[in-house]
Amino acid sequence: MNTKELEQIAKKVRVDIIKAIHAAGSGHPGGSLSAADIVTALYFDEMNIDPANPKMEGRDKFVLSKGHAGPVQYAALAERGYFPVEDMMSLRKLGSKFQGHPNMHYVPGIEMSTGSLGQGMAVCVGMALANKMDENPGRIYTLLGDGEIQEGLIWEAAMSASHYHLDNMVAIVDNNGLQIDGKNDDVMTVKPIDEKFKAFGWHVVVIDGHNFDEILAAFKEAKETKGRPTAIIAKTHKGQGVSFMADDPGWHGKAPNEEQAKQAVEELGGEW
Amino acid sequence: MEKMATRKAYGQALVEIGSENQNLVVMDADLSGSTMTKEFKKVYPERFFNMGIAEQDLYAAAAGLALSGKVVCASTFAMFAAGRAFEIIRNSIGYTGANVKICATHAGITVGEDGASHQTFEDLALMRTIPKMTVVNPSDGVSAKKLIKQAVAMDGPCYIRLGRAEVPVFYEEDADISLGKGNLLKDGKDVTIIATGIMVNEAMMAASDLEKEGISARVIDMHTIKPLDEEIILKAAKETGKVVTAEEHSVIGGLGSAVAEVVVKNCPVKMAMVGQMDTFGESGKPDQLKEKYGMTSKDIYEKVKSLF
Ligand SMILES: Cc1ncc(C[n+]2csc(CCOP(=O)(O)OP(=O)(O)O)c2C)c(N)n1
Ligand SMILES: [Mg+2]
Repeated sequence: MNTKELEQIAKKVRVDIIKAIHAAGSGHPGGSLSAADIVTALYFDEMNIDPANPKMEGRDKFVLSKGHAGPVQYAALAERGYFPVEDMMSLRKLGSKFQGHPNMHYVPGIEMSTGSLGQGMAVCVGMALANKMDENPGRIYTLLGDGEIQEGLIWEAAMSASHYHLDNMVAIVDNNGLQIDGKNDDVMTVKPIDEKFKAFGWHVVVIDGHNFDEILAAFKEAKETKGRPTAIIAKTHKGQGVSFMADDPGWHGKAPNEEQAKQAVEELGGEW
Repeated sequence: MEKMATRKAYGQALVEIGSENQNLVVMDADLSGSTMTKEFKKVYPERFFNMGIAEQDLYAAAAGLALSGKVVCASTFAMFAAGRAFEIIRNSIGYTGANVKICATHAGITVGEDGASHQTFEDLALMRTIPKMTVVNPSDGVSAKKLIKQAVAMDGPCYIRLGRAEVPVFYEEDADISLGKGNLLKDGKDVTIIATGIMVNEAMMAASDLEKEGISARVIDMHTIKPLDEEIILKAAKETGKVVTAEEHSVIGGLGSAVAEVVVKNCPVKMAMVGQMDTFGESGKPDQLKEKYGMTSKDIYEKVKSLF
C-alpha cells in the first residue's frame, strides 16, 4: 500500500480512537495516537493476516505490550475489516467486548490479552520460539512504551530473544518521551534506548514513527536481518494529530469532553 | 454522607506524618498522581523517589532503604504491588522484616473501566500468607488515615490496601481505631456480618434492611486482616451463631478464609461469604460491577437470609 493511502487510513484510525474514548468517558488517548501510524502500517501493509480468517495458519501476530493503547488496536482492526467500527464505541462499558485493556477471548484479531506492562514482550519470545520450532513462517511484532521498557522483564525478554536468535521477532518502541508522571527523563531515564538494545544483541533501527516511508523501510530491514531480533526505535509524539493533546502528559489517561472531541475530529479531517 | 477515596486519605496522611517523622521516605512507580504520593512529593521532594515503571525494583529498593534505617511507604496499584512484586516482598521485605509499608491503591472491582487486568482480588490472600506481614484494609477515609499512621509508627512490614473510588466517610474524627482490633459498629444477636474495606458500609446498609425483617445483625469492621482479632470473631460466633463475611476480594484466601480458619477451629457455626466468586472482573462503572459481581448490600442481605 502506498504511503498516501496509509496516511488516510491512519487519520481514520485516529478519529475512531477519539470517538471511542470520548464515548467511554475514560481511556488513554495520548499513547493510542502516538502509535497510530505504526499500528496502521502493521495491519495494512506489513503483516500477513486475513480479517476473514483471524486464526489463519502461518499468520503474522501483533501483541500490544503497552495494552493501555487498546483503542489504537481496536481501531486498526475495525478499519481493516475484522468488525464494524461502530462496535468499538461500546469501549469500556459493562458487557462490552472492547475492554479497557485488550482481551484475546473477546475481540477477533487480538492475539494476547495485555494491560500489565512488560509481559507482552516476553510472551512474544515464546510465540517466536514456537514458530521456529514449528517452522511456521509467521512473524511476531510487539509494540512497547518507552516508559514500559523500565520494567526489568523487558530486558529479560530482550536477552532471551537475542540468545535464541529470534529473527522472526520485531519489537517497536513507541518513543514519545512521556509516561504518566511526566517525561521519561524526569521519572526514570531510559536513554540510550538504541544502545541498550544493541548491547543485548539486537539489530536496531531508529526512525520517525510518523513517517510511513521510514516505518515500512524499517520493517523491510527487520525481515532481511538474519540471526537476531530487530528493535525499531520509533520517535513519536504523544497525542500526535490533535494539537491540544500533542506532547502533553496530561492526556495520557483522560477522555476528551464533547467540545474537545469535536475539535480533535475536525483537526483530523473526520466527520463528527 | 461525605465521600472520600481511601487513597486520598493516604496522600494527606503522608504529608502529616512527613512533618513529624524526618525518617519517612516515600516511593512510587510512575503512578504518583493516582496513588496520591504526589502530595508528599510536593512538600518533601528530597524524600521522594520515583522508580519508574519497575515494581520489582520499587519494593527491593524500598527494602534496602528500610534496612538502612528509613521507614518507607512504597506505592503502586495493588495488582502490581502484591502481584508483580510478590516474591520480592516475600523475600526482601517479609523474610528480612524490613520496615516497609506497601501502600497499594486501586484494589478490587471498583477500579472500574480499566478492567480485569487491573482489578486484583488476590492481594489480601497473597499478603496474609507471608510471615511477619501485617495486612490492613481500611473502610473509609478517617480510619484509613488513622491506620496508616499506626502502621508507620510500628516496626516491620505492612500491606495497606486502598481504593480508587470515593466511598462514604462514616467514622467520626475521634473514633477509636487500633491496628489489630476489629471495630464493633452495630450490635446484634441473630447473625454477625464481618466486613472489610468498602464492604463495611454495604454491611451497615444490609444490617438496617435485615432489621426491618426482624433479623438483628451485628456488624464488625475487620480493617486488620492480619493479625486477626480472634477474640471479637469468637465472641460473635458464640453469641450470634451465624457469620457472614464480606470483602471486595476473592472468596478464596481473603477475609472469609481467615475468619473461617478461626471459626472452624474454635467454634464452628454456619458461615457464608460475600466477595468475588473465583472469576476475573471486566470493564464497567464501579457500581455496575459491584452489582454484577455480587458485592453490594443486597448480596450481603441475601447471604444472611440463606443462613436462616
Ligand atoms: C506493570 C504495570 N505497571 C504500571 C501500570 C500502569 N501504567 C499504565 S500506562 C503507564 C505509563 C506507560 O508509559 P509508556 O510506556 O511510555 O506508554 P505511552 O507513553 O506510550 O502511553 C503506567 C505506569 C501498568 N499498566 N502495568
Ligand atoms: Mg511513552
